[in-house]
Amino acid sequence: MNNRIIIDQQLMKLMLERFSNQLIENYGDFSDAAIIGVQPRGVLFSDKLIQHLEGITNTHILYGKLDITFYRDDFKSKGLQLEAKTTDIDFSLDNKRIILIDDVLYTGRTIRAALDALLAHGRPSEVKLLTLINRRFNRELPIQPDFIGKTVDTQMGEVVSVQWDTPKDGSHVILLKENI
Amino acid sequence: MSHLSTKHLIGIKDITKSDIELILQTASTFKEVINRPIKKVPTLRDLTIANLFFENSTRTRTSFELAQKRLSADIVNFTSSSSSVKKGETLLDTVNNILAMKVDMVVMRHPSPGAPNFLANHIEANILNAGDGTHEHPTQALLDAYSMQEKIGDLKGKNILIIGDIMHSRVALSNIYCLTKLGANVKLCGPPTLIPKYITELGVTIEYNIQKALEWCDVANVLRIQLERQNIKLFPSIREYALYFGVNKKRLESLNKPIVIMHPGPINRGVELTSDVADSEHSIILDQVENGVAVRMACMYLLAGKA
Repeated sequence: MNNRIIIDQQLMKLMLERFSNQLIENYGDFSDAAIIGVQPRGVLFSDKLIQHLEGITNTHILYGKLDITFYRDDFKSKGLQLEAKTTDIDFSLDNKRIILIDDVLYTGRTIRAALDALLAHGRPSEVKLLTLINRRFNRELPIQPDFIGKTVDTQMGEVVSVQWDTPKDGSHVILLKENI
Repeated sequence: MSHLSTKHLIGIKDITKSDIELILQTASTFKEVINRPIKKVPTLRDLTIANLFFENSTRTRTSFELAQKRLSADIVNFTSSSSSVKKGETLLDTVNNILAMKVDMVVMRHPSPGAPNFLANHIEANILNAGDGTHEHPTQALLDAYSMQEKIGDLKGKNILIIGDIMHSRVALSNIYCLTKLGANVKLCGPPTLIPKYITELGVTIEYNIQKALEWCDVANVLRIQLERQNIKLFPSIREYALYFGVNKKRLESLNKPIVIMHPGPINRGVELTSDVADSEHSIILDQVENGVAVRMACMYLLAGKA
């Protein structure tokens, strides 16, 4: 195994800062917007971001958590985790501008499922995708992020792992290279 | 633990505590789904489920059907009164014919105890028992446990009373297995003729005095007197039963704490339960019905994932 840190603690802080500024620039006071984190790992990221954003803007931003387990297209695949996490969206998405958040965008299938799941909660006026990591290759569906932390070139078999609040390195992202 | 240990759900006796916990946990996510504006998820869209009801049912059949529709499964309904069973077809033939039409899961209610076990030994599809004679009714026990948990929290160490016709009740048997596996204390109450002699082997206790039993419990699950399953008279009259074992407002008011009242339905109002109790704030009978859909969605979802 040859692991490499691709976003360290310092860079992560800068990125949170940048995302916040980008969102404020695009959504103003967030009166017609809502942030939705995808369970489970996207929520770890969106929790951080919303905390940061609300700290800067001093306003309450609509925030929900979306579980996509029941919308997956690989239900019958072997080894699939059937355990569902909670969906917690206590407002209607009708006519809202949604910022959908996940940590890593890879094949695009999670986001496909998330879009389906979102529509069960109303009809948003638009949906934009924000991801911390955009893995450039091996996309299987025509899905691209609108706000990107970092784009990385990875191969199949490699794993991008986002670690939050570790005792030693704080929040950071590692690229795990598997021995082939 | 994210998978069931079994591909059929025939009885609570055969499943583990972690199976029960997984089903209840999954049910709570489905409960959120059925309270959304759009109450449907596409999860089982490539699955066909046959509902074979060889015995009358309104609540359970509607609940299963609704659960299947909420999961986007295709369904085939079958009731014995309007089928070739009347022409002398065997159970296995009936089911094989239906399976030849590529059905993935069978939900069955049958008057003979053990009918789903028999099917599970002969066919490939997942079998979900919706009640077999006086044997088991697993989804009812699961939804009862779910409703209790929702109301009073973790069931470990809680006192649950089951009142009524224990001998003829599949709900009672499944409830006993389920509640004892979850660590609850279970007590039975009813006329001695309706409580099987060796039922205490299952880890439950018996109390024939309803007042004492009610004083002991946190939750009372009141069962229906199943006159249709009794060949001989096991108690003198319905009126006498209501007098000695009926749960009424007066009895509940004499207790020093409120208890939760449950009933699997259909209720014989004025017999095992008076109307003022059935419709009171302590009754969670309608919650049980709502939770039934969520619990059945969870069971079918988890069984389908196991196929």
